[in-house]
Amino acid sequence: MKNVVIIGAGVAGLTAAARLKDIGYNVTIIEKKTYDGGNVASWDRLFPDSRRASRLIDDVRRPLGEGVTIHYDQRITSLVKMKDGRIGVGTESLGIIHADALLVASGFSLFDAHLKEEYGYGIYDNVYTQADLESMFSSGKVLTRSGDIPRRIGFVHCVGSRDEKVGNRYCSKVCCVTAVKQASEIKQLYPDAQVYCFYMDLRMFELPYEDMYFNAQKLYGVRFIRGRLCEAAEKMDKSVILKVEDTLAGQTLNLSVDMLVLMAGMRPASDTARIATMLGLHCNKEGFLTPVDIFSRGNETEVDGVFLAGTCTGPKTIPQTIADARSAAIRIDEYLKKRKK
Amino acid sequence: MIDFGYGITRSNRLNLDEADLSLARKMARREKSFATCIGCGTCTAGCTAGHFTAYNPRKIQLMILNGQTENLKEDLKKCMLCGRCQMLCPRGISLRSLWSKLYRALDDGRKTPAVTRDIF
Repeated sequence: MKNVVIIGAGVAGLTAAARLKDIGYNVTIIEKKTYDGGNVASWDRLFPDSRRASRLIDDVRRPLGEGVTIHYDQRITSLVKMKDGRIGVGTESLGIIHADALLVASGFSLFDAHLKEEYGYGIYDNVYTQADLESMFSSGKVLTRSGDIPRRIGFVHCVGSRDEKVGNRYCSKVCCVTAVKQASEIKQLYPDAQVYCFYMDLRMFELPYEDMYFNAQKLYGVRFIRGRLCEAAEKMDKSVILKVEDTLAGQTLNLSVDMLVLMAGMRPASDTARIATMLGLHCNKEGFLTPVDIFSRGNETEVDGVFLAGTCTGPKTIPQTIADARSAAIRIDEYLKKRKK
Repeated sequence: MIDFGYGITRSNRLNLDEADLSLARKMARREKSFATCIGCGTCTAGCTAGHFTAYNPRKIQLMILNGQTENLKEDLKKCMLCGRCQMLCPRGISLRSLWSKLYRALDDGRKTPAVTRDIF
């Protein structure tokens, strides 16, 4: 039985593993964290239908059953293309695993919001990221640092995205929708709260997203202000005062919020560059892995037997990630069948 | 008071914390579709009154939201209620209804000439 090794037990890795196992391959997943589900594991609910993130991970995990081994808490030390065409995957505790095909599904990390110092993340009490807010939703307590119910909440789009100053010119794709989702959730929780979204443009690209935006306005009364937050400062009472232009009105605004939520963008996962170097894969200037052809060979690399899936090639929604992972599984099967002959 | 020859320049910033947003709240209740504006400017580009005056329906909406209501009533008089903005709005906002309800809201507690009341 041929061996397929997958790097990453996130949504992409688990999805591809299930498909490959079904076809009849022996699948091993190497995961750096101590749990599966990747970034989605720390989320509460998902857009567009507010399903629980844990339910989605269960759905992705369920078909795995026997025949897929997941090794947690692993660090890859070597990746070597061998003479027989296989790939040697070395880790500290497992030694070297020989893979007939390797799927890189190393995912993304959230942009480190500390780097946008003018927004005060890690400096002011009541500045959070969307991931922090998801944890609060999970715990059922959305409160300010001092334990009060927030009356005014501001969401800042494009933190670490579309920003030359932090080296990320690209759009992270999912943050606009996440902001709309979270703004609506806050209003469900606290109907009297005043919620602001500060955006440059709203990228509501899939069918249901525009409805989410429409409902955020009409049902929840979220105020969308077009303008990028210039700076934030903390007041004596620990609320955060914001300086922003309402660019549609041509009017500079000062306003204060009890909670400021930063929509941190997507960066390639921390190990992506190391994996790319070891295998000789190409990264684009943003640091994401690049497939051979984004139209027709989106899961293939220049290295024979090495494939890509999920957000390691760029920001994706979860449905896009799942589709991409299934497509990668099919490509791997085609490759391995061809090699057999 | 002694004139020292200098004064204090008022900030050009709008402090939303101190702004009177009662009209915004009132309009959100009275015309629910009002909240769904996306600021596209189709209304303004097609506005009959805006063709000859500085009337800008898109900005009226923002002035309500930002509590800048001082000149709203005067501005609104330029509108002829032709309804072209409503015909054009991609978001389906009942703009004619919005303008007439806005006029009434601005007139709350005040005497209005009967003729104006008839029009709006």
